[in-house]
Amino acid sequence: MKNDFETAGLQEEGLFMNRGSRFVAVSRHDVWRKFKDSLFAGVFLTAIVLSLLTLAFLLASIIYKGHGSLSIDFLTSYPSRFASQAGIKAALAGTFAFVAITAPLSFAIGVCSAIYLEEYAPRNWFTKLLEINIANLAGIPSIVYGMLGLVLFVRGLDLGRSVLAGALTMTLLVLPVIIVASQEALRSVPVSLRHASFALGGTLTQTVFRVVLPVAMPGILTGTILAVSRAIGETAPLLTIGALTYVAFLPSSLFSEFTVLPIQIFNWVSRPQVEFQDVAAAGIIVLLAILLLLNSAAIVMRDRFRKRMG
Amino acid sequence: MNSVCNEKPQRRGEKFVAFGLFACALLSIATTLLIVGILLNEAIEFFRAIPVGRFVTEAQWAPLFEPQRWGIRSLVYGTLVVAVGASLFAVPLGLGSAIYLSEYASRRTRSYVKPLLEILAGIPTIVYGYFALVVITPVLQTFLPELGVFNALSASIAVGIMITPMISSLSEDALLAVPASLREGAYALGSTKLETTFHISLPYALSGIISSVVLAVSRALGETMIVTIAAGATPSLSLNPLQSIQTLTAYIVQVSMGDTPFGSVEYKSIFAVGITLFFFTLVMNLLALSIKERFKVEAKL
Repeated sequence: MKNDFETAGLQEEGLFMNRGSRFVAVSRHDVWRKFKDSLFAGVFLTAIVLSLLTLAFLLASIIYKGHGSLSIDFLTSYPSRFASQAGIKAALAGTFAFVAITAPLSFAIGVCSAIYLEEYAPRNWFTKLLEINIANLAGIPSIVYGMLGLVLFVRGLDLGRSVLAGALTMTLLVLPVIIVASQEALRSVPVSLRHASFALGGTLTQTVFRVVLPVAMPGILTGTILAVSRAIGETAPLLTIGALTYVAFLPSSLFSEFTVLPIQIFNWVSRPQVEFQDVAAAGIIVLLAILLLLNSAAIVMRDRFRKRMG
Repeated sequence: MNSVCNEKPQRRGEKFVAFGLFACALLSIATTLLIVGILLNEAIEFFRAIPVGRFVTEAQWAPLFEPQRWGIRSLVYGTLVVAVGASLFAVPLGLGSAIYLSEYASRRTRSYVKPLLEILAGIPTIVYGYFALVVITPVLQTFLPELGVFNALSASIAVGIMITPMISSLSEDALLAVPASLREGAYALGSTKLETTFHISLPYALSGIISSVVLAVSRALGETMIVTIAAGATPSLSLNPLQSIQTLTAYIVQVSMGDTPFGSVEYKSIFAVGITLFFFTLVMNLLALSIKERFKVEAKL
């Protein structure tokens, strides 16, 4: 056999012959394949480890820089020209004020849109257009929403640089996120529940609001919380509509001027004095703590939902 | 809507509820129309004052100095430098993570690691901006002493960190959609995990992966706070990432924060810049959507 191949002058049969005499070259080839396999497993693992290390490094450096400036005074003071006296009272109040408007508004409109799309809409080109449009809205840069808010709410409806103008802008920004999340939650409700309701004589509206919606609610709320936490962290659109960066008063009505946490942080970051960077880091710690709290609530809700469905 | 309703028992108000829900859904169409309408309207006013020719051909962008220069290209270059830099960072990292999680990791590891990556996705961009300016730039300056305080490189890295979880999470979804039978077939023929990944999983999930990268790049193009904080405010036609640059988004912030009078050419210019940005991201988003649609069709076959 070996001789046959050699007389034929075929050099590459090395491979075939090796297959026959298993112990020599085949295993060398296999060793190389195995080596490559574990090498790349290492490469892919490195990618993950690097991502996680970056996260750890980011959080550690912010806590390191900011922990010194954190105190009760920091939470209860207005901003100041002096880094040691600066606080986030006005920014916290502004953030809560605009969440109090944005969250219920975007929840109501978002859930209604999702219900229409999932339960009522006919399968035609217009519904398809609505869905593509929503996917697209979710991809528009947030600063473009800021320009929309500037022309429509601040100038057009003459709301000025008010809490209301900011909250309405943010509502439009997070709507697509809430709609998509609610659609997914509604889609995961078993069809059998709807059939049962129809069989008992329920109308479409009764079925949707008394059977489908309660089952989908935890999923919808989870999506809403995640969307609201995105709104809390957004800076660019509010800068564009002209939220102030230095506010030493609390918002007193829908029409008062305001600032929010990320904008206050931006203001401190862009100051040349180094000590304000540490104050900014302290502000970031508070911002991240609020987001962490919200996200944990979302996760708890999702788990409860899973248990009930399981 | 009607065909469904007519088959069911009707009650008073049923039609009214359906109409109310429909109106909510229409709001999203109204939002799109308003965005396009407002951007176009103000941009056209801008182009009445500044001819489109100057906008496209001039080499500099210097609207806040005399003589004013309106060459959009330098802002587009800045935006592209950051987007390309961020992708160079994020694509290997995100794709590597996705492959490890879907092909190599045990279910348990995945359940621990995935939420951690999701945390990265939930961090506000202002935090990445701070990180870029206060941590990344000083660290880089120890290796590159000529690096300025404001530079495209740090901003690109921070934007890259921001979009990595987007690529890893969407690509992992695409990889997990590969039927297990295909992988098992490859293993049965004696393939290693690596060979299975490159010859079976990646080709199958390719359109999903490409669409995730396109979406991430679109996100990088529209990213505002990181570049505003860390990349500086110097529009430039140079592709050198060590320099200070300005992106489309950062210019919009700069003008909105300044005391530019309402109705002036400078004020209107942000809408011309905005529509340029809108156009870029729209093309990327539609591209991602169409690639994903193709993916759905393929998956059904």
